Amino acid sequence: MSDKNALEYWKSNIRIVLSLLGVWFFISFGCGILLVDTLDDIRIGGFKLGFWIAQQGAIFVFVILVYVYIYLMDKLDDAYNLNQDEVKTAENGEEAQ
Amino acid sequence: MSVQIWTFIFVFLTFGLYIGIAVWSRAGSTIDFYVAGGGVPPLANGMATAADWMSAASFISMAGLISFLGRDGTFYLMGWTGGYVLLALLLAPYLRKFGKFTVPDFIGDRYYSRTARLIAVFCAISVSFVYACGQMQGAGIVFSRFLEVDITAGVIIGMAIVFFYAVLGGMKGITYTQVAQYCVLIFAFMVPAIFISILMTGIPIPQIGFGAELTEAFGGGYLLDRLDGISQELGFAVYTEGQRSTQDVFFITAALMFGTAGLPHVIIRFFTVPNVRDARRSAGFALIFIAILYTTAPAVAAFARTNLINTVNNAEYTAMPEWFSKWETTNLISFNDKNGDGRIQYVGDPETNELEVNRDIMVLANPEIANLPNWVVALVAAGALAAALSTAAGLLLVISTSVAHDLMKRSFMPDISEKQELLYARMAIFIAVLVAGYVGINPPAYVAQVVAYAFGLAAASFFPAIVLGIFQKSMNKQGAIAGMIAGFLFTAGYIIYFKSLNPAMDNAQGWLLGISPEGIGTFGTLINLAVAWLVASFTPEPPEDVQAIVEDIRLPGEAIKR
Repeated sequence: MSDKNALEYWKSNIRIVLSLLGVWFFISFGCGILLVDTLDDIRIGGFKLGFWIAQQGAIFVFVILVYVYIYLMDKLDDAYNLNQDEVKTAENGEEAQ
Repeated sequence: MSVQIWTFIFVFLTFGLYIGIAVWSRAGSTIDFYVAGGGVPPLANGMATAADWMSAASFISMAGLISFLGRDGTFYLMGWTGGYVLLALLLAPYLRKFGKFTVPDFIGDRYYSRTARLIAVFCAISVSFVYACGQMQGAGIVFSRFLEVDITAGVIIGMAIVFFYAVLGGMKGITYTQVAQYCVLIFAFMVPAIFISILMTGIPIPQIGFGAELTEAFGGGYLLDRLDGISQELGFAVYTEGQRSTQDVFFITAALMFGTAGLPHVIIRFFTVPNVRDARRSAGFALIFIAILYTTAPAVAAFARTNLINTVNNAEYTAMPEWFSKWETTNLISFNDKNGDGRIQYVGDPETNELEVNRDIMVLANPEIANLPNWVVALVAAGALAAALSTAAGLLLVISTSVAHDLMKRSFMPDISEKQELLYARMAIFIAVLVAGYVGINPPAYVAQVVAYAFGLAAASFFPAIVLGIFQKSMNKQGAIAGMIAGFLFTAGYIIYFKSLNPAMDNAQGWLLGISPEGIGTFGTLINLAVAWLVASFTPEPPEDVQAIVEDIRLPGEAIKR
């Protein structure tokens, strides 16, 4: 891969990571901690919304974020032809040093 | 059949399984011993990571802690899961591409310095060791309470099992036993939770039962409303409202997240998968497997709290069920009839409250409090042991690789053969098991506390050094070393000051900016970053070949050489 391509790949990577971390921060520290009392005014069934996000909702969002990351990075790798399946077989036979 | 016979059966079966796996997966080379041959499928690695991560504390103590903390318990829930987002996005893929064996390996190579490697070895061993002692202690407690053997015998049995599969199989043995241990522990956690959810709300999914209405037998109304109501009535804090200051909760959550992402025994699990793509996938699997327990725990906390208050408050002492006296003998519950009316008053005011309840009981005795069948009660013991032993094994491996690989092979005795290195690794694990066992039997008062602070220390030392090593090419050895030392010393100093030197000041007024010692690791992380940047700006850039390493780990695929 050329240096120019490598730089572009890295920039796209950073963009993906930063936007996902933005959501991560907003949902956990934003909704789960800073805005929790305000969100508690909204009720869904037996839950106050802020309390629910803090104790359960944020965790579901974390799982979704990691899967969105896997999906976007797979797409990015394919776009730059960074196929890793061949590496797998080449590496298994290698000796440790 | 009695609870004890069921417990024996479950413990015996699961231990037989672990030993069987250990014999089947012996390690033949250092690459087997350190990273399970580098060929673990992502699904298996996800389960192993989840078992590695979820310790005796997650299994036994966390739901109980939350049920006494109410909404403030949030920092455990978000902190110990949110860290996986950081791990998946910022660390796992790049460290896998780097393709070495240990965290000090990365620090040492990336910062081209033996000093940096040795600092990393010191941090890895100290963090892992205090953590491992806590696991041995947890295993001993479970043995003594459920099988009624004494704590010493319990710890020795636990040590023998861990020793057997860790020494024989190294990472390979540990990985596949952890897969089995994950299945045991999640089954043991979920079955009682599902039973109780059905019993109290009629809904078989505890995550949903948490926000549902109680059945007629429990008085109807939403579970959380009822819990808030009775808490208030008895003078406890309202369950769904916070007591701690917002900034303290914020800092503790962040410290637990950064710490999770910086724990060496979790990071090395990502060295065992075949490639970068699989490292991402296994982080996803790990988080799902962890989330199953972590989203159930707050539901268990609320069920258990409601159930406990319903059962004990204002009830006649002589009419209490069998579990009450059983747990009284272990001192996890104690009743002191202050007003002499023969009834239990369980209230928020310490003057008139007559019942002291240990937090651990919320998980350990919960199935008995809810009157579940004997085999469900017995499952909890097998699950707790699986959680303690799997984490202990992962930690002991970090200690052994740090000694054999980073200290011997890479720092002081570069000429030893692979066979000798493997022998040293096995000897190191042997000694580590013995020492951890000894400390488990004779726990110094500070171990339990130090375990909680291990996160802050990992957050303030490893996490920034690794992230900067990947994302900032110009970060040099001077910056990284200064940052790690500053972060570690500040955090350790703050904790020691408030916990040992001046405990009288250990309250919200005495703390710096209202941040408790639990949350100070976040501040330590920031200090580490600031010092690293400052020092790096005055010192020369890293050499070309190191910059080339950084460029290489940023790209997945292509040649990965160990």
